[in-house]
Formats: sequence, C-alpha cells, structure tokens
Amino acid sequence: MDDFIVRALIGGMAVAVVAGPLGSFVVWRRMAYFGDTLAHSALLGVALGFLIGLNVNLTVIILCVALALVLMLLQRQRRLATDTVLGILAHSSLSLGLVAVAFLEGVRIDLMAYLFGDILAVSHEDLIGIFIGGALALGMLAALWRPLLAMTVHEDLARVEGVRVTLVSMGFMLLMALVIAVAMKVVGILLITSLMIIPAAAARRLSSTPEQMALFAALIGCLAVAGGLWGSLTWDTPAGPSIVVAAALLFAVIFSLPGIALLRRLRTPS
Amino acid sequence: MFRLSSLSRSRDDLRPVDGALLAARQVALTAGGRRILDGVDMMVQPGRIVTLIGPNGAGKTSLLKVLLGLVSPSSGRVLRRPGLRIGYMPQRIQVDEILPITVRRFLGLGGRFDRDSLARVLREVGCDHLLEQPVQSVSGGEMQRILLARALLREPHLLVLDEPAQGVDVAGQGEVFQLIARLRDRYGCGVLMVSHELHLVMAAADSVICLNQHVCCTGKPDVVSRDPAYLKLFGKTMPAGMALYTHHHDHRHDLHGDVVEFDGPPGCDCHGPGEHEHHG
Repeated sequence: MDDFIVRALIGGMAVAVVAGPLGSFVVWRRMAYFGDTLAHSALLGVALGFLIGLNVNLTVIILCVALALVLMLLQRQRRLATDTVLGILAHSSLSLGLVAVAFLEGVRIDLMAYLFGDILAVSHEDLIGIFIGGALALGMLAALWRPLLAMTVHEDLARVEGVRVTLVSMGFMLLMALVIAVAMKVVGILLITSLMIIPAAAARRLSSTPEQMALFAALIGCLAVAGGLWGSLTWDTPAGPSIVVAAALLFAVIFSLPGIALLRRLRTPS
Repeated sequence: MFRLSSLSRSRDDLRPVDGALLAARQVALTAGGRRILDGVDMMVQPGRIVTLIGPNGAGKTSLLKVLLGLVSPSSGRVLRRPGLRIGYMPQRIQVDEILPITVRRFLGLGGRFDRDSLARVLREVGCDHLLEQPVQSVSGGEMQRILLARALLREPHLLVLDEPAQGVDVAGQGEVFQLIARLRDRYGCGVLMVSHELHLVMAAADSVICLNQHVCCTGKPDVVSRDPAYLKLFGKTMPAGMALYTHHHDHRHDLHGDVVEFDGPPGCDCHGPGEHEHHG
C-alpha cells in the first residue's frame, strides 16, 4: 500500500475512535444540530487563522468555543426557538467564513479541502496533530464521562447529587470544538457531525450500556473510514464523502438486518 | 408546632435553625413577570415528614427547586445544615430510547456505593429483580421505586420527593407512602414531599404545608384539613365527616391563584398570610 493511503487510514481511524464516543453523547443529548452549527463556524476560524497568522487548528477551537458560549446565552432567551437560533448561526457563520476567505489576499485556500476534507493529503505532521488532539479529547471525555452521563439522564437530579453542571457542559463544548478542529482535515467541515452521529446511531442496536455504545460507535467509525477509503480508491470518488456514505450504509445494514425483534423488546414495557 | 417566626433567632444565616435540616426564609420567586412564590417560610426537621400540598400552579415544584438550590430565589434565602446530603426524587424521568442504560448503571450514576448497600436498598424498595433491565422497559411504578433507591443509596439526611406516587395506581399509592414512612423510620432522615394524593398524605405526614404562592396554612394534617384556607382550595376533595372549625381570613384567591384582598365584608379580621399558623 502507498504511504499516503496508510496515513489516511491511520488518521481517519484515529478521528473515528474519538468521534464515536463523543458522537454518542451528541446523540444522547440531542445536540446533532448544535454540533453541526459549531462545525459550520469552523471555516470562519480557518479564515481568521490565515488572517492573523495563527495556527488554524487553534483559531478553529477558539471560534467554536466562542460560538458555543454565544449559543448557550441565546438558548436562555425564549423569543426564538433553539433550532431557529442554530439555523441562523450555522448558515451565517459559514457564509461569513466564505466571505472572509474571499477577502484574504495572497493566500489561496483550498476551499473544497476544508469543506469536504482532504484525507488523502494527510501528512506526518497532521497525523501527530490528530494523535495529540485525539488523545487529549479522549482523556477529557473519560474524565467527564460519569458526570456528563448523569446530567444527560437528568440534569436536575445530577445537580442535586453534586455534579457541576455548568462546568461539565463547558467541558463538553470544548471537547466538541477540539474534535471538530482535529477531524476537519479528514472529513471536512460540512461532514464532521456525520462521523459523530451516524456510527453512534448505528451502534445503538448493538449495545445495552452507554460504554458499549461508545465502543461500537468507534468501531463502526473505523470500519466506515476503511470502507470509504477503499471505495474512494476503487471508484475514484472523493474520500470524505465516501467515508460518510460507508457509514450510512453500515447504519442501514445494522438497523435493518437482525429484524425488529430487538427494538420491539426494548420498547415494550415488561 | 414550631413557630415559623422563630427562624430569625439565629443570627448567622448559614447556621442551622432550630436543628432544622433545611429552612426557607421569606422566599419569593418571580419568573417572566409572574409571581410564583411569595414570602414563603418553612423548615424541615430531621426525622419528620413534611408534605407540600396545593392546587396546580401553586408553586410546589418551584419551591422544591428553590430549596434544592436548582433555582435561586428572587428574594429571601434558603438555609441548609452544613454538609447536608439530599436524596432527590424528581417528578418524572424519561430516558431516551437512544441511550442504552440498565437499572444498575442508572443507580450507579448517583454516586459510589458498595454491593451490600445496593442489595439492601433494592430489597427495601422491592425492585431487586429489575437490576439488569433497560431503564426504558420498567413501568411507571417501578421507575418511582428505582428513583427512590437512587436517592437512598446516597444515605441522605433529607429525602426530597416530588410527587412520589405519580404514575402509580391507586392500590400502589398507599404502598408508596407506607414505604416512605418506613424508610423515614429506618434511616431517620427528614422527608419533604410534594403530593396530590390528599387523603394518603394526610395519613403519612407529620406536618402539612398548604401552598398557593404563599403559605396558606401549615400544621399537623388534622388541623390543616379543617383550616378554611385549605377548605377553600380543596373543599370538594376533603374526606367526609370532618369537623369544621372556622377562623377568619384576610384574603381569598382568584382564578389565577392570586391573592385578592377582601373588600371588607363584615367580620373579616386581618391576619397577614403567614400569621395564621397552628399550634398542634
């Protein structure tokens, strides 16, 4: 196998291993659209990075965290529904990012690479970045796991039991920002959330504990990366979207294959 | 009954008041321009069952949330005994189907405990057979017991229960309240609960606080059930055959539960809302 394919495989799987467990929380907390909104704003972070000459990953993280804070504040008002607020911010921040990129003089940004990922161009340095960021994210997630799970099940109950809810949700936002920055190179801004949500949703059928679901989500994500890369090389299709298609196929297979019996057993109260 | 006005005896606000686990002093809460709680004084003593009753929208759950520290009061304060450990049972809990979680894991989210206490608590609430079931598959009544188990596993000084018998059939409701009284005896903890089940509450509680934004009346169940303020709110559901005794009132409630001053019909003495306490 060629070097660049090995690097793509390793980088993609590293991202999937982090995106799976985090994506499980995104699914449990019904934050799919929230994650999407954060990801959309990442392009603005990229443009800012080029503009002020800072590391692009860093500016993406900063911008995502800032947007997450704005979202938290906006959710407290009641005039606009949350999905409306998210819709406004997602698309205006993406458009603002596109406009900002157009203003950058003397820099040619490969827009498609940022929007849809450029996993086949992952370099050694990128790999190191993915490993460091990924390990950091996994460590944070492990530390936050129990309080985050407790407040996902019931926020008030968790708070009474001593969970510092605000602090933990901030930590979770930071985690999402970090993972978006790390995964950007692999699947691109527009497809990042799918790598979190689809494997997690597929893993639900196979799991009976939260930890199992996180583990299966990571595995399914890795399979999707491998399958997507293979498809991309075989049919010369764009790699990022191919990975998402592979994940969607896995989801469809897992969700329809073993019959409805399992789901029905879960649904019917004993 | 303790005098509620004696709350001010303690100079240090953070110190326990009269040995109470938890006390509210002149708590008021306004949300979106609407007054939800007004001048609420109350306390819970160790080993006693205090029940909050009141019509829908009376602010019972809001008061619980203020007492639990989930919502800060607009004015007034909540005093807690230092190091107070609370076991809380929320009104309703709905775990999404997408989150796979067994009863065992659900109980573990509340804190760490050893195997023996888990077995003991599960026996006490009678749901040891559910341990490996998905949380989503248990019935409403079973879920109440599981929530109670999660609260008890924390070995609480105070149990706070929001409608503990909700979703339980009539036969089961009596059982729930008996269980709560038994657990109080066994753990010696104070209990503060909100309930709609008036007749059952009256049997299980040491004292009853009748709430309608402010404290309408408070005291032992038999005293409260004869109070005009109580009768005004619950008159039709009152068990038959109870003697009536009247005292004068300074206010009535309109349809929204707001206190309306009487325009001075003859024979109306003027007590402040918090003043008509009862000594049992």
